Amino acid sequence: MKIWVFAESENSNPTTATLEMVTKARELGGTIEAVYVGTDADAVATGLGEYGVSKVHAVDPQGGLVGVVGAAAIAGMVDAEAPDLILFAQTYDGRDAIARLSARLDRTVLTNGMSLAVDGDSVTVGTAVFGGTLLVDAKFTGEKPYLAAIRPKSFAAEPGGATTASVAQVGTVDAGRGGEAKVLERHVEEREGPKLEEAAVVVSGGRGIGEEANYGPLVDSLANLLSGASGASRAIVDAGWVPYSKQVGQTGKTVKPKVYIALGISGATQHMVGMKGSDNIIAINKDGEAPIFSVADLGIVGDVTKVVPQLIEAIKAKG
Amino acid sequence: MNVVVCVKQIPDPAVPGELTSDHRLKRDGAKAILDESDSYGVEMALQLVDKAGSGEVILVSMAPNGEVSGLRQALAMGAARAVLVSDDALAGADALTTSKILAKAVERAGGADLVLAATESSDGYTGTVPAQVAELLGWPSLTFAKQVDIADGKVTIQRQTEAGYDVVEASLPAVVSVTAGVVEPRYPSFKGIMAAKSKPVDQVTASDLGVATGATGQEITAVTQAPERQAGEKIEDDGTGFERVVAFLEDLKVI
Ligand SMILES: Cc1cc2nc3c(=O)[nH]c(=O)nc-3n(C[C@H](O)[C@H](O)[C@H](O)COP(=O)(O)OP(=O)(O)OC[C@H]3O[C@@H](n4cnc5c(N)ncnc54)[C@H](O)[C@@H]3O)c2cc1C
Ligand SMILES: Cc1cc2nc3c(=O)[nH]c(=O)nc-3n(C[C@H](O)[C@H](O)[C@H](O)COP(=O)(O)OP(=O)(O)OC[C@H]3O[C@@H](n4cnc5c(N)ncnc54)[C@H](O)[C@@H]3O)c2cc1C
Repeated sequence: MKIWVFAESENSNPTTATLEMVTKARELGGTIEAVYVGTDADAVATGLGEYGVSKVHAVDPQGGLVGVVGAAAIAGMVDAEAPDLILFAQTYDGRDAIARLSARLDRTVLTNGMSLAVDGDSVTVGTAVFGGTLLVDAKFTGEKPYLAAIRPKSFAAEPGGATTASVAQVGTVDAGRGGEAKVLERHVEEREGPKLEEAAVVVSGGRGIGEEANYGPLVDSLANLLSGASGASRAIVDAGWVPYSKQVGQTGKTVKPKVYIALGISGATQHMVGMKGSDNIIAINKDGEAPIFSVADLGIVGDVTKVVPQLIEAIKAKG
Repeated sequence: MNVVVCVKQIPDPAVPGELTSDHRLKRDGAKAILDESDSYGVEMALQLVDKAGSGEVILVSMAPNGEVSGLRQALAMGAARAVLVSDDALAGADALTTSKILAKAVERAGGADLVLAATESSDGYTGTVPAQVAELLGWPSLTFAKQVDIADGKVTIQRQTEAGYDVVEASLPAVVSVTAGVVEPRYPSFKGIMAAKSKPVDQVTASDLGVATGATGQEITAVTQAPERQAGEKIEDDGTGFERVVAFLEDLKVI
């Protein structure tokens, strides 16, 4: 099987989500190649090679959107290169790419993948529905290449099969009117501490923290103290207390830290699907019947505005 | 300026979902409502047309059984009319088939300068429809917009990114997907609700639009119950609950 991964990068390194897909592709066996849209393909290819990618098809973004230009580039290559399966991360650019490519090639998409299995020529993608209570497997029945989008954090990223990935520069891509969308400016928000998806400790706040002003002293402070990242339920993202990038759950991020601490979060299925895979879960909620307690290894039935400041003081006292 | 908004009518998410025996989302259990994610697109469209000073907001929707309750909600907010595609042959349609239908419905609506959709729906959430529709129309797609401005035949958005946001621009016509919470959807007024009842809904089938239905290229092979996580220890806070948390974190060597 020839598997292509639509590679994304951050600071000229492949993203963790990319490496997770490459690791999984290695396990499935076959040739692994990547398509990368960016001007730093050589650096990114080094990182990809360490995980077993043999070749990187490098595409110039031409000032446009990575996913749009990438889709047009892949569409131009599939006949000659004949990949069997193309994997995209379920991310902003990954979604643009799989969507535009599917329409160009007239191929269906399987999305929100959390598992992936190959049996001969058959490819099955598993996903969780209804807030992670049901697992649904679907397989491709049409023509190749098969297009699948995988949720970040579905697989582990482990180096292996190290090789030097060759870089093949793809010529100018005609993305049609799609290519007219140009990126004029980039705004990067400062982030302190680890990334939400990569932190060993995640402290998330929900509506139960009471008000926007409590997020810093309760959620951020505890997260910082534990060298972790702060997250949120959708309730407080929609309320505008914190940016969307902090949202954990079905329509936000999936996290699998060593410890997840839920403060004033009820535990709606759509939230839990994003954090149920954590190694350990601590919940503090004043309602003893809150569903979050059904997944918590340690549950404290109490008021976060009382328990959390005490907890912060106690941890500080330990130095 | 005319803005077409894709609006999905979905089973009320407050009612727990179910799959039918052939593994499709059961759509006749709960009353259909306007997907809340789409209320932002409708509001955004109304504001943009208002600012432009002329034009109308037109809705397009694909839904079974001639469903209009969600459309009426959006018409009550102020949209002028709707194109509804309803066809038994579309049951179990994949995202690409849905997009082919919506792209044709946009053409049928006529004269669109801009198409708005949500970044993902609340029930299927493949999150691919907006860019698929754009590719089918041959238009630019500007996705994950948290701000949208129209001027001089161009659309400029702030596009959500992992690190912050990008400013992205394209000429019209274009498709834009908007994130939740970007605007405050208005509540329909009583007058709006009354007026919505008589606003035109052009109901068509897939064949009216010339879209072939049939095999989608995917098939569900298994549905299983997810393993449940076991609850652990639960204690009432008596003023010392924090000590238990400290001990737990120490055991894990987090502190
Ligand atoms: C399609 C769809 C997608 C969704 N996607 C997501 C998603 O990605 N992520 C997500 O989080 N949600 C998502 N939701 C929303 C989800 O259903 C819930 O509405 C949301 O998670 C609730 O957030 P919450 O727990 O903060 O608020 P609430 O449900 O209001 O819970 C607040 C909790 O705080 C407790 N509390 C109150 N005061 C205190 C106090 N002083 N001390 C301790 N506890 C207190 C209460 O007992 C309560 O349990 C989605 C919903 C839909 C329909
Ligand atoms: C749990 C579940 C998982 C699924 N997984 C897949 C999958 O992996 N691959 C696949 O091809 N199909 C899948 N489907 C089917 C898919 O949901 C339908 O084809 C649906 O009609 C379109 O996709 P979406 O709602 O996921 O679109 P999204 O791309 O999530 O929707 C984005 C926006 O597009 C607009 N839009 C979408 N549908 C309509 C509509 N009917 N009418 C008007 N506007 C609309 C809305 O503005 C919506 O917010 C799944 C369905 C379910 C219930």
